Amino acid sequence: MSKARSAPVRAAFIHLALIAYTLVALFPVFLTLVNSFKSRSAIFSQPMALPTPSTFSLIGYQTVLSQGNFVGYFQNSLIVTVASIALVLLFGAMAAFALSEYRFRGNTLMGLYLALGIMIPIRLGTVAILQGMVAAGLVNTLTSLILVYTAQGLPLAIFILSEFMRTVSDDLKSAGRIDGLSEYAIFFRLVLPLVRPAMATVAVFTMIPIWNDLWFPLILAPGEATKTVTLGAQMFIGQFVTNWNAVLSALSLAILPVMVLYVIFSRQLIRGITSGAVK
Amino acid sequence: MSDTEIADIETVPVKRPTRWHIAVFLAPAFLVYTAVMILPLIETLRLSFFNIVEGQLAFVGFSNFQTLFGDPRLSADFWNALRNNVIFFIIHMAVQNPVGIAIAAMLSLPGLRFAAFYRSAIFVPTLLSFVIVGFIWKLILSPIWGIAPSLMDLVGLKWAFAPWLGKAETALIAVSLISVWQYVGIPMMLIYAALLNIPDEVLEAAECDGITGWSQFWKIKLPLILPSIGIVSVLTFVGNFNAFDLIYTVQGALAGPNGSTDILGTLLYRTFFGFQNQMGDRSMGATIAAVMFLIILAGVALYLFVIQRRMRRYQF
Repeated sequence: MSKARSAPVRAAFIHLALIAYTLVALFPVFLTLVNSFKSRSAIFSQPMALPTPSTFSLIGYQTVLSQGNFVGYFQNSLIVTVASIALVLLFGAMAAFALSEYRFRGNTLMGLYLALGIMIPIRLGTVAILQGMVAAGLVNTLTSLILVYTAQGLPLAIFILSEFMRTVSDDLKSAGRIDGLSEYAIFFRLVLPLVRPAMATVAVFTMIPIWNDLWFPLILAPGEATKTVTLGAQMFIGQFVTNWNAVLSALSLAILPVMVLYVIFSRQLIRGITSGAVK
Repeated sequence: MSDTEIADIETVPVKRPTRWHIAVFLAPAFLVYTAVMILPLIETLRLSFFNIVEGQLAFVGFSNFQTLFGDPRLSADFWNALRNNVIFFIIHMAVQNPVGIAIAAMLSLPGLRFAAFYRSAIFVPTLLSFVIVGFIWKLILSPIWGIAPSLMDLVGLKWAFAPWLGKAETALIAVSLISVWQYVGIPMMLIYAALLNIPDEVLEAAECDGITGWSQFWKIKLPLILPSIGIVSVLTFVGNFNAFDLIYTVQGALAGPNGSTDILGTLLYRTFFGFQNQMGDRSMGATIAAVMFLIILAGVALYLFVIQRRMRRYQF
């Protein structure tokens, strides 16, 4: 009885706490987007207000679009991110399956070897990576970035996916084997669909550091044709640091594609979690 | 090759055929990972034992490390960066992970409305790049724009405002909290997924025994999500001792004011590639990279061999 009465109160407190944190999380982004549409004087005089007809201005976006090549940067980032995620998920799931499913000599050793990459940031090997890319003629290509990010993403993907694959029921796989499925069919047709929620999680976690990375684009692909959006925005803001309209507009443009990608991925994530396959 | 193997199977029926599918499953990941990550790392570690002697790259043993730990020119910077890095990590463990767990626990309550919206919204900062986060917070905390002081004025705290990023005593805490703000989404998502994976039967059984609400979280859910908390902690540790971008964006390569936000990542960058009138030093850079490697290795070994071993695994 007391539970029934206290439930709405408890729910109200929970909503209050979540709304408060949501505001903390979104406020800075909101502030940037809103102010990017205002004139310079309005940015300073009424930073919290929505743009009105008298304060509305697109001067920042005009500066950004005339001075920077943001469309090209977006395209580069998109190619690098999507290609790397695809490779990480495919190669990572295959390796995780081998490690979690089969007993073979060197299994533990291989697992530890592949897990090393979680603890060792790939950045510590930058000089040798650069030398290798120079030798292979891959400097200033998107391929160099895709290779580095695939290697960077694999260890964590294998780690998380093999944790999840251990929870896939053995009976199911045994049933598949009795029905004469090959090991490849068991992996692609039985196990992969069951770990889809984990794959979505891994995809989101892999995507973030790749899309946001500043270090490797700067070192491996700083050319105008291969700049990613993070590097492009950083260099643009560095040049226009006192032009607040341009800076806020550049920030907004850099946020936009991430939000679009997120909407796509978050649907997949929610669908995966609610389908209850892992449960 | 395959003929002889088939022959083997026929003559020695006990021996199993070579399971090529294991190699096929492992090969792509193994090859990319080894060629692009492990070999360059080994090469970098090797470099930490070499230095330029009379214009030639020569093996110098541990003298690079002696310089780093003891030489008055470099060691002050190094110990300062190490101490700051430890504080940076402690703030993350004390703020980011408990907040992430608390949000995940609230989100996973059955029947909570708008849970998907909250989850998506709170994850937004995690998706933004350091460049965006760094500049946004620089603008917000800037006394020139005045967003932070006017917001604090609303709750009567204007007197408490200070240019936190510009003062040596508060800059490290401010930068750490910006990083916490950005990364709360990761513990939230991992713990949330773990909480959803707890079977309903377990929770129903607890309810039958009269364990609900708070005590259900502490007694039933928390022990079941401990493995995920372990993963979150080790990810935080590695991420913090490898951090660089946010401090570079907010405070620049010199990690000012007066080196108060300098961590190992920024020290490595300055030493490795040089900055302003300081020359880049490949060998000393590799040495710092080697020390970072050892610190991270120690932390993860502790997790793998001590903490994870003691955790129980539940298979439902």
